[in-house]
Amino acid sequence: MELTGAQIFLECLKKEGVDVVFGFPGGAVIDIYDELPNYPFKHILVRHEQGAIHAADGYARATGDVGVCLVTSGPGATNTVTGIATAYMDSIPVVIFTGQVPTPLIGNDAFQEVDIVGITRPCTKHNYLVKDIKDLAYTVRQAFYLARTGRPGPVLVDLPKDIMQQKFEFEWPEDVSLRSYNPNLTPHARQIKKVAKLIEGAERPLIYAGGGVISSGAEDELTWLAKSLNIPVTATLMGLGAFPGDDPLWLGMLGMHGTYAANMAINNADLVLAIGARFDDRVTGKVSTFAPKATLVHIDIDPTSIQKNVAVHVPLVADCKSALSALKSEMEPNLDSIDWEVAHAVWVRQVQEWSETHPLRYKKSDTDYIKPQRVVEKVYEISKGEAIVATEVGQNQMWAAQFYKFKRSKSFLSSGGLGTMGFGFPAAIGAQMAFPDKLVVNIAGDGSIQMNIQEMMTAVCNNLPVKIVILNNGYLGMVRQWQELFYNCNYSETCMDAQPDFVKLAEAYGAAGYRVTEEKDLEPMLKEAFSNGKPTIIDVRVDPQENVYPMVPAGASLTEMLLV
Amino acid sequence: MRHTLSVTVENEPGVLSRVAGLFSGRGFNIESLNVAPTLEEGVSHMTITTIGDEHIVEQIVKQLRKLVTVIKVVDLIEHSSVEREMVLIKVNAEDAKRAEILRIVDIFRCKVVDVSVDELSIEVTGDHGKIEALINLLGRFGIKEVARTGTVAMKRALQV
Ligand SMILES: Cc1ncc(C[n+]2csc(CCOP(=O)(O)OP(=O)(O)O)c2C)c(N)n1
Repeated sequence: MELTGAQIFLECLKKEGVDVVFGFPGGAVIDIYDELPNYPFKHILVRHEQGAIHAADGYARATGDVGVCLVTSGPGATNTVTGIATAYMDSIPVVIFTGQVPTPLIGNDAFQEVDIVGITRPCTKHNYLVKDIKDLAYTVRQAFYLARTGRPGPVLVDLPKDIMQQKFEFEWPEDVSLRSYNPNLTPHARQIKKVAKLIEGAERPLIYAGGGVISSGAEDELTWLAKSLNIPVTATLMGLGAFPGDDPLWLGMLGMHGTYAANMAINNADLVLAIGARFDDRVTGKVSTFAPKATLVHIDIDPTSIQKNVAVHVPLVADCKSALSALKSEMEPNLDSIDWEVAHAVWVRQVQEWSETHPLRYKKSDTDYIKPQRVVEKVYEISKGEAIVATEVGQNQMWAAQFYKFKRSKSFLSSGGLGTMGFGFPAAIGAQMAFPDKLVVNIAGDGSIQMNIQEMMTAVCNNLPVKIVILNNGYLGMVRQWQELFYNCNYSETCMDAQPDFVKLAEAYGAAGYRVTEEKDLEPMLKEAFSNGKPTIIDVRVDPQENVYPMVPAGASLTEMLLV
Repeated sequence: MRHTLSVTVENEPGVLSRVAGLFSGRGFNIESLNVAPTLEEGVSHMTITTIGDEHIVEQIVKQLRKLVTVIKVVDLIEHSSVEREMVLIKVNAEDAKRAEILRIVDIFRCKVVDVSVDELSIEVTGDHGKIEALINLLGRFGIKEVARTGTVAMKRALQV
């Protein structure tokens, strides 16, 4: 039977098992929206396309499935660009469908025309303009395939309006084959043997885990490796949750705002196993002094991330999960030949001592101000570490990363690579959509939350009881911190004391709002907010002067930490 | 170090800008870039010459391989290869200089493709070194215009 392009498109989504689409309509996609009610998946109408793409991204981060976003041409499409770049930098599988003007008008500066394929070329894994209805089903199939395989990432498909209106036989292409795309999943056996030998010979080994552990689902293998061989673990922001945050071998995050123990461990390790991490500059600090005593092993599915920033001794191109399973099979038979507990005892005691002497800490308040770190600790306590936590960007993000102990992967949603303010709230909406019964908390700054606050309406309309905890310091705090430390306290344009009344704002949207100004109210109000069943803002007035420590100044070595 | 990359790509719209955009977006240097279809339907061949140290060229090659529309990338520096470029040069050639220019044309086995009262247009094909040498030699007569194709290259056949 012949179907319209719009129907073929929606049939494809059905075949891909899509259950939710985050979108915003317009003339170029009106044919799709016209058919939408006849299809089983849920469409979440956002209030800004940036909300749609971040929500699809949050959904993908929380579930591990592909997130889907549908917007119109021109401004609808360009409004997604920040979100696409965000997903690209963090290797998140999302597929973005944009409407396009009818094919005969392409290139004519038609109404709401923009070359979105050109615009998003550098920030998508791949993108397509469908020029012939014959290619439609196959292109959609490829887009999902590319988004979720190999190193995941965003894929955009541009859909001209006339193609959505034409008719064609629908045939679902079962197989996808791209001669030019063959991600290398399985590790090289000889390299695995080499790594096993290095581990056996190391006295001070350290695991440095990144987001690749989570996207390949290698958490169990990683935990096995660390625990069976008694190796301490640190992780990047993207790797948080890959290893239980309450385990004695856990050192906390490394890098610019990493823990003293993690940064000292990197500095002293004789073997570093970098797994699904990319040696980001926020992690390495000054590259020439990164892990100076270590043999570096780097496992990554993307060959371009190996040797990009740091020269590694043993490169291993593979999916993290297959690499770690192979390593496990290699080491398991001889597990008893070495007493691993004893082998690394001195080293583990050393790193634990660093953790004890320099834990993450903050000065108790000598004023009436609530400390922002305290707020995160309270959120952790009340949620028993079971919440999905999304963050905005800035100090709020770092405090969330430091003071919430993530036990599970996919429970920390944060814009790591691009550092996108405005990401957290819509991402939390996406996660709540996937897990309606879970507690989803967005830890926000008063600056960031205003970048996508309009999505409050989306949350209210869809009964998504996301909790926004604003660490309200009246500043663009992280920038203020840099100004204080490195720019002679020249607080140029970072004071945000002119603010909306966030409680009233929440209420105006039909959500709940609370304001906390005294520490004694913090716990009861958070408890009430977390159980009220509604989208909620908790506006917590925190110490405006508080800074994030430890801090490694940009470009300094990891050991040059400023401490509390 | 100058590297010549032989890149096989899917012949589809946007492939050139994907490749060129990769270079500009990541701050890599393109010296020349040449594209044309191959005998195989739907497949094009690019020859890219670039300058960079080992580390940069390794990144360029890996990043190119990562593009979904790129089928194959070979760094010809690792192989014995044939490289050619075709160049048209319009040079000042008043009567007094003409004989000397023609002698150079002869020695370099170039072709004169256009003549006027005081100019000669010369077609030359050769590798990088030959072209540079000729341009140097003709430079002192005053070159008015140059049109270059950029390098095309292929791996040599296995010699027995
Ligand atoms: C879209 C965007 N614009 C600007 C920045 C630069 N920036 C990084 S952190 C920050 C301050 C964030 O302030 P706020 O949301 O109040 O959080 P705080 O640091 O106070 O916790 C800014 C402006 C950014 N990361 N993203």
